Amino acid sequence: MKLKNIASLMGAAVVAGGMLAAGSASAQDKIGFVYVGPIGDHGWTYRHDVARQAVEKAFDGKVKTTFVESVKEGPDSERVIRQMAADGHKLIFTTSFGFMNPTIKVAKQFPDVKFEHATGYKRADNVSTYSARFYEGRYVVGKVAAKMTKSNIIGYVGSFPIPEVVRGINATALGARSVNPNVEIKVAWVNTWYDPGKEGDAAKALIDQGADIIMQHTDSPAPLQVAESRGVYGVGQASDMQHFAPKAQLTAIIDDWNDYYVTRAKAAFDGSWKSQDLWGGFKDGLVALAPYNEAIPADVVAMAEETRKAIMDGSVKPFAGPFNKQDGTEAVAAGAELDDAALLGMDWYVEGIQGKLPK
Amino acid sequence: MLLKIEKRPEPSRKMVYVTPVLALLLTVVTSMALFEFLGVNPVEALRNFFIVPINNKYGATELLVKATPLILCAIGLSVGFRANVWNIGAEGQLTFGAIVGGGVFVYFHDVDSVFLLPIMIAMGALGGAIWGGIPAFLKTRFNANEILTSLMLVYVALLLLSFLVHGPWRDPDGFNFPESRVFSDSATMPVLLEGTRLHFGTILALLAVFGTWIMLAKTLVGFQVKVIGAAPKAGAYAGFSQKKIIWFSLLFGGALAGIAGVSEVAGPVGQLLPSISPGYGFTAIIVAFLGRLHPAGIIFAGLLMALTYLGGETAQINLGLPVAVTGVFQGMVLFYLLACDVLVNYRFRFNKIGKVTS
Repeated sequence: MKLKNIASLMGAAVVAGGMLAAGSASAQDKIGFVYVGPIGDHGWTYRHDVARQAVEKAFDGKVKTTFVESVKEGPDSERVIRQMAADGHKLIFTTSFGFMNPTIKVAKQFPDVKFEHATGYKRADNVSTYSARFYEGRYVVGKVAAKMTKSNIIGYVGSFPIPEVVRGINATALGARSVNPNVEIKVAWVNTWYDPGKEGDAAKALIDQGADIIMQHTDSPAPLQVAESRGVYGVGQASDMQHFAPKAQLTAIIDDWNDYYVTRAKAAFDGSWKSQDLWGGFKDGLVALAPYNEAIPADVVAMAEETRKAIMDGSVKPFAGPFNKQDGTEAVAAGAELDDAALLGMDWYVEGIQGKLPK
Repeated sequence: MLLKIEKRPEPSRKMVYVTPVLALLLTVVTSMALFEFLGVNPVEALRNFFIVPINNKYGATELLVKATPLILCAIGLSVGFRANVWNIGAEGQLTFGAIVGGGVFVYFHDVDSVFLLPIMIAMGALGGAIWGGIPAFLKTRFNANEILTSLMLVYVALLLLSFLVHGPWRDPDGFNFPESRVFSDSATMPVLLEGTRLHFGTILALLAVFGTWIMLAKTLVGFQVKVIGAAPKAGAYAGFSQKKIIWFSLLFGGALAGIAGVSEVAGPVGQLLPSISPGYGFTAIIVAFLGRLHPAGIIFAGLLMALTYLGGETAQINLGLPVAVTGVFQGMVLFYLLACDVLVNYRFRFNKIGKVTS
């Protein structure tokens, strides 16, 4: 390959004179993390990075963790994952849905490396998947929002109309309308996970259309900050965003990956690691709620806590019937509930959501 | 005024080709200072940026994989830029090429034929050309600024792709996630080296570079492009049609960007996704100018830009440097190049204090 020579030549030329000494690879055990956003997003990626630090702490420096942030989903992620695998990482966490196929591809080439892919559905002998039932949290905050709204309109900043996000919107609507059947949800899609400008603009538009509660399924605190400046309420996403919106944040749905990451890392090093699929919620400690805003009346806080505990012990199920689809036809009959397969492929709205789901 | 900038009567021909190298050296020196400031050994950082990513067979092929769409887009753009046709929308032409080319597979996914891939590539080129043709039509018919129209069409193409993979082209077995079926073997670019991702698209890129070189050097239309770009009035006097060159530049650039799109979705991506390019069409603008709009220069510039992406990843994994360093790096190369260009074409003159200059 002539071009390859040119390529390496060019690399050499660039460093001007080959003044660089050869490096040495560390023999230390390594765990890699591939992030879709910047670690400073204060949301999704930030929480994964907090868990990475927890892993580092749990191993007391005996294991090195590395990460690459803002990795584009698609071909670039395959290269990053592969580079980590080839570089001697024992365990690699790939923390976005779009890393699924690249993770599976690289895993085939490196059977001795273990992979943990968040939110996907493809597994292999050396690829586990894990995700959290964030909709449990959405159901609780839906109830709180329904008590706090005056306009009966909840504004929802959506990222992509994928089942994960649609499920969250539906859970919010079901929670809200279980205490206040007049609540309607307006959704604004921004087609990105992280773009503070777009997210903030969407929140402004929703408030202009009468929403007095802003919810979001995007990763930056921008919608909450807009809520704060416009004097309406909002709900934090992925982490406690209280310092961005001390007055506006009712609570936040917190992702907590710390225990899971530490457990899986230990398993990878003591040999007990097996491919599995975990979809955990409140009960498993993967989902938590931030402290409630002082403006929320005590009886509403009590109702929220009661609901949270009921979801934990299984006596309340967010997607238990009876409830209707958006067009008013029955979705689930009384006494029945949606199973996980239906939840994982959810591509329809429940009653109380305005607008058409983009398809 | 004490200091005055005036145009040099005759810019040095030699400096035009020296400046990209000079810009690169200045970038390296500045970034070494930056690394020092960030508390990282500058030599080690540069090694991770420029050597480690390509010091093995896989890394070297990855460089070519990453450079392929950049070179394809840049070579197409360079023809327009030479003719003063400012096509900023290669990203959209790439996307629409991927839609049309990839759409062939979506509708013929059960066809197992050696003709499938060639048809996809041809349709990708056609798609890109159509998307490039819209600004050409608007420019020649309504005199609409092609910078604006081509840029706006980027977002139209991205949203169209988003609509298709969220809706009609969604993988029926994909749990409603927004992605098409994974392309079958007969719809995938053949891999050139076993165990790597180096694919046929790289050969297409080289053919495009070579073909453009010949076209510019040996053909009448290539001559027209250069004349209209350098001296529009002389071109008009010689009877060259400005409109024809606008059409040609945008169709040509669009077609090559479209091929880049198909070669990505039928290559490393392997399916249609809501986002198929991390901005190759925009980075290609830097590549085209860094390569001095010359086919050979564009190959080097494309490889260099690709290397900064790869190096940024390695520097993150091995040294914990932030991802923003890659962007700073690319920005500095362009900044120094433009700064050098100013000094090649202009010079500073100091005036005596107190003397009034016109």
